[in-house]
Amino acid sequence: MSFFNLIFAPGFFASAPVQTALVIGSAAAIVSALIGVFTVLRGQSFAGHALSDISSAGGSVAFLLGISALWGFLGVAVLAAGALELAGLRRSKERDLVTGIVLGAGLGLTALLLHLDIGTRSSGGAAISVMFGSIFAVPASMIVPMLGVSGLAVLMMGLIYRPLLLTSLDPNLASAQGVRVSSIGLLHLLILSLAVTLSAMTIGAILSTALLIGPAAAAVQIAHRPGRALLLAGLFGLIATWGGVLLAYDSYTWTPGQAWPVSFFITSLVSLIYVAARLWAKRPVARRTAEA
Amino acid sequence: MSTLTETLNVSALSVAFPGRQVLKDVSFSLMPGEVCGLIGSNGSGKTTLLRTILGLQAATSGAVHLNGAVGYVPQKIAFDMDMPLRARDVVGLGLDGNRFGLPLPSLGKRRKVEAMLRAVGAEAFADQRVGDLSGGQQQRVLIAHAMIRRPRLLLLDEPLANLDVRAVADIVGLLHRFARDEGVTVLVSAHDMNPLLGVMDRIVYLAQGRAATGKTEEVVRTEVLSRLYGHHIDVIRVHGRVLVIAAGAADEIPIAIEKHPVHVCEIP
Repeated sequence: MSFFNLIFAPGFFASAPVQTALVIGSAAAIVSALIGVFTVLRGQSFAGHALSDISSAGGSVAFLLGISALWGFLGVAVLAAGALELAGLRRSKERDLVTGIVLGAGLGLTALLLHLDIGTRSSGGAAISVMFGSIFAVPASMIVPMLGVSGLAVLMMGLIYRPLLLTSLDPNLASAQGVRVSSIGLLHLLILSLAVTLSAMTIGAILSTALLIGPAAAAVQIAHRPGRALLLAGLFGLIATWGGVLLAYDSYTWTPGQAWPVSFFITSLVSLIYVAARLWAKRPVARRTAEA
Repeated sequence: MSTLTETLNVSALSVAFPGRQVLKDVSFSLMPGEVCGLIGSNGSGKTTLLRTILGLQAATSGAVHLNGAVGYVPQKIAFDMDMPLRARDVVGLGLDGNRFGLPLPSLGKRRKVEAMLRAVGAEAFADQRVGDLSGGQQQRVLIAHAMIRRPRLLLLDEPLANLDVRAVADIVGLLHRFARDEGVTVLVSAHDMNPLLGVMDRIVYLAQGRAATGKTEEVVRTEVLSRLYGHHIDVIRVHGRVLVIAAGAADEIPIAIEKHPVHVCEIP
């Protein structure tokens, strides 16, 4: 029993905030990991990172207005996704530049809004909460809307699964087969913004890239087929999130009275999983077989 | 030949990009089972012509008439090493990659994919990641991807570039078989016509936006190509190969043969 208590500190399963955290954390981890596989394959990790950072402006607005951060993250992430796609840039270098500039502007806006938050509501916690997440502070009433957003994201992914895979493989192949590549690109960014919103609620706006990219990047190292890559990515995301929630809860007993941030544990676990996957796969940089 | 109607008819086709005329008044037609080389140097408009036939590029004037479905192998696809797709997954996407919804396991689809992998000689590496395959193996997978819907016309954009000599011969043989045995019309672009000489029924030779078209021996002649380029061009046949040589500086007019230094000549 004492060993069990060592891993699961007393009260872990009975705690309402832990239960909520596990539910919304799982939803965020799964959605992020699934769409993350496509984001990684499309080489749009930077766009994913930018969207999550920019969404922090939405989180700060929500704090100012006194509404749930979910709606702020969601609104701004979707708008930013639309803006990035409307810029319609095909050259990846140009796309990265514009993404970087939009990212800078978004974070600057966040700086202003957080400043106003602290001034008007004298809540220094806003910055930490928006940027680094506050999974244990999410009220149980947010479970339904967050599961709704997750369901929508998974549904959209299921709908465009094959054209999205084909477009990620090669846009020219896809357009020759009648796929409307730009529409698929826009839908990918929209699903991405839903995932980023969910992750921002869990581990914070600027850390949500970790759940988006890490599990997916680890999965594509190992899996040889798309279905398995998605399955593995979801599994890795879940392991990191559950492990992170558990360790954060346990950390109460390490430094009595003060828990360590969940986000620290989740992002650390994600990185460890990625390193382990690289070692497991042992894929050297160039392993093209000789002409056969 | 299954029918006597043309698979492809291109008439008086012109395509312009802002500030640049890419294709001027290009006309040709292809019959079932014909192999046609689309020859020209880099930038001569080969890719634009193929994309216009596919409907991915709008024409300024002229018309393209197709009789049947079209398969396409785009230029320079380098599969990402991290792509979690096996060769057979790529071929499968050729069948239903444009459909919405999740793919359900289907015996019919598996059989078609299996048959196509066999047809291009890709069974041995069907379960390997595409990113791990050699250039020649990747071309086979791409051809299977394009052919699985049984198109009447197969367009290939520089499928022989960056392949070693043996892989080039394998791919050319494969295209020839599809044309001869199944009546597929093959339009294949290349900057070097030599690997195609043995199988090519027709040629569309592009230079400076214009095209000389017809049977290979009618087009690849000093007078015809000189008129096309607007310069004096020498066409020399040696050891069963064709050398197209420009009078003047070697870099002034593209030489159709690359990668073989011995062929690059300058005539003062």
